Amino acid sequence: MIPEIGLFALILALAVALVQGTLPMIGAARGHDAWMASAVPTAILQLAFALAAFLALMHAYVTSDFTVVNVALNSNSAMPMLYKISATWGNHEGSMLLWVVILAVFGAAVALFGGNLPPALRARVLSVQAWIAIGFLTFSLFTSNPFERVFPPPLDGNDLNPLLQDPGLAFHPPMLYMGYVGFSIAFSFAIAALIEGRVDAAWARWVRPWTLAAWCFLTGGIALGSWWAYYELGWGGWWFWDPVENVSFMPWLMGTALLHSAIVVEKRDALKSWTILLAILTFSLSLIGTFVVRSGLLTSVHAFATDPERGLFILALLVVTIGGSLILYAVRAPALKAGGLFAPVSREGGLILNNLLLSVACATVFLGTMYPLIAETFGYKATVGAPFFNLTFLPIMTPLVAAMALGPFLSWKRTDLAGVVGRLKFAFLAAILATAITLYMQQGPVIPVLAMGLAVWLFAGAVIEWSGRIKLFQTAPGDSLRRAIGLPRSAHGMTLAHAGMAVVIAGMVASSTWKVEEILIMRPGDTTSVAGYDYRLEKVERIKGPNYISDTATITVTRDGKAVTEQKPEKRIYTVQNTPTTEAAIYTTALADLYTAIGDPDGKGGQTVRIFFEPLVPWIWIGSLMMMLGGVISLSDRRLRVGAPRRKRPPTLAAAQA
Amino acid sequence: MTRKRRRMVLVLAGLTALSAAVALVLYGLKETVTFFYSPSEVQAGAPPQGRAFRLGGLVEEGSVKKQGDGLTVEFSITDMAVSVPVTYRGILPDLFREGQGVITEGDLGTDGTFVAREVLAKHDETYMPREVADALKESGVWRDEEGSK
Repeated sequence: MIPEIGLFALILALAVALVQGTLPMIGAARGHDAWMASAVPTAILQLAFALAAFLALMHAYVTSDFTVVNVALNSNSAMPMLYKISATWGNHEGSMLLWVVILAVFGAAVALFGGNLPPALRARVLSVQAWIAIGFLTFSLFTSNPFERVFPPPLDGNDLNPLLQDPGLAFHPPMLYMGYVGFSIAFSFAIAALIEGRVDAAWARWVRPWTLAAWCFLTGGIALGSWWAYYELGWGGWWFWDPVENVSFMPWLMGTALLHSAIVVEKRDALKSWTILLAILTFSLSLIGTFVVRSGLLTSVHAFATDPERGLFILALLVVTIGGSLILYAVRAPALKAGGLFAPVSREGGLILNNLLLSVACATVFLGTMYPLIAETFGYKATVGAPFFNLTFLPIMTPLVAAMALGPFLSWKRTDLAGVVGRLKFAFLAAILATAITLYMQQGPVIPVLAMGLAVWLFAGAVIEWSGRIKLFQTAPGDSLRRAIGLPRSAHGMTLAHAGMAVVIAGMVASSTWKVEEILIMRPGDTTSVAGYDYRLEKVERIKGPNYISDTATITVTRDGKAVTEQKPEKRIYTVQNTPTTEAAIYTTALADLYTAIGDPDGKGGQTVRIFFEPLVPWIWIGSLMMMLGGVISLSDRRLRVGAPRRKRPPTLAAAQA
Repeated sequence: MTRKRRRMVLVLAGLTALSAAVALVLYGLKETVTFFYSPSEVQAGAPPQGRAFRLGGLVEEGSVKKQGDGLTVEFSITDMAVSVPVTYRGILPDLFREGQGVITEGDLGTDGTFVAREVLAKHDETYMPREVADALKESGVWRDEEGSK
């Protein structure tokens, strides 16, 4: 009964979305207040129905209702409750439903908190949002109905893919989707602005908090996915340039550019049409991210099962959304008036450089990811891997990071570059010092050593800019504290995010350059030494878990005879699908991870053991957290508070004139 | 600076960045792209000499053997017409099994043995890498109804 109610709720959500997509749009065009106002209740109603459908599916999972095909295929009565719940979105149909729910949450949030948006703008934004929902709801209902029944029902379910039975991956998809879908708001605002024919500072101030929120979620989602791959796959790597990773990274790059260009629109009334384009591209890449891999166009290690009928629907959806919005952009963007003037060396100039490099970097990732498809149309099969991205993406990011330390020092309109460079001399010294220390401690190739210096340069630049603002050590400490409290929160946020980026870079460079890997056969009692730590295999035992059997090794780690830790890497077999998984054991110190994983026994009493020494890997997660936190702090800035800004002038009829 | 000149500067900067990126991408592709070959193509001498490539197919039944050191694995990859011997030192992916589709990346030795640096198997046991499915279709082993689910 409940699954049918869920399906019915989903159909009602579609009906409501159709109303929300048409009435307010017509109302806004004709200046009909009641029609425009209808966007608010419909957005909330749409959320209610979508949520009801989602809860119905979750109920089927929690109660292990195997009469529902989706549950039978992806769940099992022996699974722990957390994974029964997360299995709701651990499959294609359920994850589409989650998309729809999050989309409705964002729509309802605009409806509820957008009280002081001009009514016409709010009506249009919510209408565009509804059209996106219509696309997803029809996709869900016609090609991926999660509530389909099966008769006779199986005695037990087929189990969730064991790799997904993990706390990291339970929360990774919702986070990622909050990011992807969050950009839909920026997109809807952009389309609404194109229809209205006006973009102004107030518009940018409405768009920025939504973009920032989406960016925080996406940063968290990507970091969580990377962390999962690191500890779950047992390969000791945190990024593989796999298509699935790349498609989540591209909206992040574009979203980061959008975040920065929106500042220029807000403060200087310039870069308007570029910002609109970025908003469209960011969301388009999010759509591609959701779909391209799933449709089976690109081979990837972790895509859900594919189906050609879905592929066509997806392609149509992408063409309509992306093509349609770009055509609208081409027609309407020239009508947007250009804003304030500025010199090349200025805050505006710096942000343009940021945008230029981020977009170009994103383009190389896009080409690399899509290349196998291009190659195939020319009749040969090729893959593009990490070497390609290292060769193209990194050289573009390097000047960006170098300039990133300078950017916050630049002032609007024009800046004296010499003065800025003067203020950064300590950062430069710190970078040189860091390079020298790295070279002394870890001999290595020149480029990574310099890259460590670059990370320090960025970190020092961020800290110097922040302490300059609060006049740290230049006045009494009490005065500095007062200044720090008085400083806008977005300034604290920016410093934290930029410093976080520096920490991430240091972690990435160090771990990819100075990682030590050892694979060997060990018998109980054997000892080996990796990067100064001694590993002793004590025993391997067979342990029974709720829905798996595990071979658990016990390895004691010592350094110079002193005990460091005891590690218990596992090799599990999930009995329902008879699928083996590797559970790595990780011991984290401030400077490195000690990472062990076990493979198969060699049949003669020995066990394959894989030991990694992973320098600075924890810094990647710490830095990502700093970036996210920086975003959240900025978001709490009074000036960025959702709905705070007001338009100075009443809306003009610019659209009619254009 | 006038609006027009500023726009010119922006366009020029954009074009410079873009053309630098295109040059990088083309160079990158030329240097690093990895091609995929099936065992039949390898026997026909299709892969260029001295360059790493990907070899994919099914792991031949009964071909997986461990060498004395316990770490090096020997197996054959087949498209049911031709099979190529492969050696790999390291831990095989969890889902590596006989009769299952795999993709390996490495170099072809002078003795005709493929030395793999990387072995990829999918995280899903019903999965067949698309390249492998295509290769099997060509050798006439694969029927579409098997691959649809």
